[in-house]
Amino acid sequence: MKPNLLIGAVLSALMLGVALLSLVWTPYPPTAIDILHKLAAPTAAHPLGTDPFGRDVLSMIMTGAANTLAVAVIAVVIGAGIGVPLGSLAAAREGWIDDVVSRTTDLAFAFPALLTAVMITALAGPGAVNAMIAIGIFNVPVFTRVARGASRAIWQRDFVVAARAIGKRDVAIAVRDVLPNVAAVLLVQVTIQFALAIIADAGLSYVGLGTQPPYPSWGKMLNDAQTFIYRAPLLAIFPGAAITLAVLGLNLLGDGLRDLLDPRLRLSR
Amino acid sequence: MSVFLLRRTLGLVASLIAASLIVFVVMQVLPGDPASIILGTSAQPDTLAAVRHQLGLDLPAWQRYFAWIGGMLTGDLGVSYTYQVPVAGLLGSRLAVSVPLALMAIVLSTAIGIPAGVLAAARRGRAADAATMGAAQIGLAIPNFWLGLLLILLFSVRLAWLPASGFVGWGQGAWPALRTLLLPALALALPEAAILARVTRSAVLETLGEDYVRMARAKGLSGRAALWRHAVPNALIPVVTILGLQLSFLIAGTVIIENVFTLPGLGRLVFQAIAGRDLIVVQDLVVLLAAAVIVVNFAVDLLYAALDPRLAKPA
Repeated sequence: MKPNLLIGAVLSALMLGVALLSLVWTPYPPTAIDILHKLAAPTAAHPLGTDPFGRDVLSMIMTGAANTLAVAVIAVVIGAGIGVPLGSLAAAREGWIDDVVSRTTDLAFAFPALLTAVMITALAGPGAVNAMIAIGIFNVPVFTRVARGASRAIWQRDFVVAARAIGKRDVAIAVRDVLPNVAAVLLVQVTIQFALAIIADAGLSYVGLGTQPPYPSWGKMLNDAQTFIYRAPLLAIFPGAAITLAVLGLNLLGDGLRDLLDPRLRLSR
Repeated sequence: MSVFLLRRTLGLVASLIAASLIVFVVMQVLPGDPASIILGTSAQPDTLAAVRHQLGLDLPAWQRYFAWIGGMLTGDLGVSYTYQVPVAGLLGSRLAVSVPLALMAIVLSTAIGIPAGVLAAARRGRAADAATMGAAQIGLAIPNFWLGLLLILLFSVRLAWLPASGFVGWGQGAWPALRTLLLPALALALPEAAILARVTRSAVLETLGEDYVRMARAKGLSGRAALWRHAVPNALIPVVTILGLQLSFLIAGTVIIENVFTLPGLGRLVFQAIAGRDLIVVQDLVVLLAAAVIVVNFAVDLLYAALDPRLAKPA
């Protein structure tokens, strides 16, 4: 196993494990305020210290993992759920349908994703659900473009032409013959978009538009930490390190999967 | 070339129109009535109606769209609901912060990313390659606003070399102003530099395997000369496209970074306008930023065709 894939898989599994664990157990309730022990340095009782309200930072980071994971999963499901069928349709039909889908996709890339996500969540109301939708919308053109690009060549292949010739319906060909051949590319894209969704979610909650208090989120923790950056610099370290490790894990996993699934790319590395 | 140019220009105009339509429609659908935002919730119905009439909000949507676009084209961006001043004036002073910030970030990311990528490619498989690509992996994973916080921790809290936030303004001279923009520009630039380094590395590796580079080596050119004179210039063509794409990321990035460093730029304005429900400012800003991205991509397309004339020929 390549080191990329191994480190990526371990980090991703770690994040998933921590997120799942937080659903049933955290050292302290993540919203429990203990003002007498606010801004405590790391100790045995609070391994990562406490925040300005005396909440346990480790518990908050664990719960934050579950929150950000939920946002990222839904955002990717929205993106792939709409984008893949749309891209497959464009590849299958070509002609004007392909033109419309491709032009619309190009246009969507003109809107800086994070800026528009900020606008949508701010005007539609801040919160985790709107963050999922806002990030999800910007995954749609990415998956459309990738699905279209990957499956176009497959539609020209002999086995697809043969399937069409014997009267198999296009939907059946798309699902049974084309999709399995582009699944690897899509899987790699899923890990990339997952990582980007985690960064986007952290950014949105940093500016107060993601998961709302009292539920902890990594971005909001960083925003709170900035106020106390002179008194408690460690508060600004832990949540950011959690984001970086999660994203690094997914990126490495994606790189590793691509190497594994597409041997042609191995030559250029 | 002229057919190519004409097609691309038509595409540019169509994209701009479509973008403005999308923004306009979205702003109609999202909740918020400008008249009640200006007057407050206790306003009388007849005063509300009067203000709506004054703003032209009682006109049909298509008339408002054309009035808005017509104004945009003549430099009249409307009047801010909350500040009661022309939006164009509001933008001017903000652009004087955000544009230099984005330019500084592009310069920094290019100056770091491209040499790093060339170095990694030239030292392929050795320690320098592994170290550069490892750093790039981490650079890709760090969210730029956390990098901003780390830079503040190091350069402002620990070393006290640079200010943690705020902007002194250009009135103090160029150097003090650039100094306050340095940390936010670095925070924006490093993750982009990581992307550039990876793209540059694989592009250079690809050209290093080309026949003309082997030919250059065969006729007696040193490895270094073959790299810099033949492999790198050809590898930079795909890198140009990435640079264009990065502008879009940088524009979005400034929105958050300006909030980290409390800089009075476009990003702060977007948030203030959203918080105050100053919908006309939001609408103008989003469409202007989208237009900037579309125009830059158009320019990149043309540049790309100029660098690689094969692309301008009909396929």
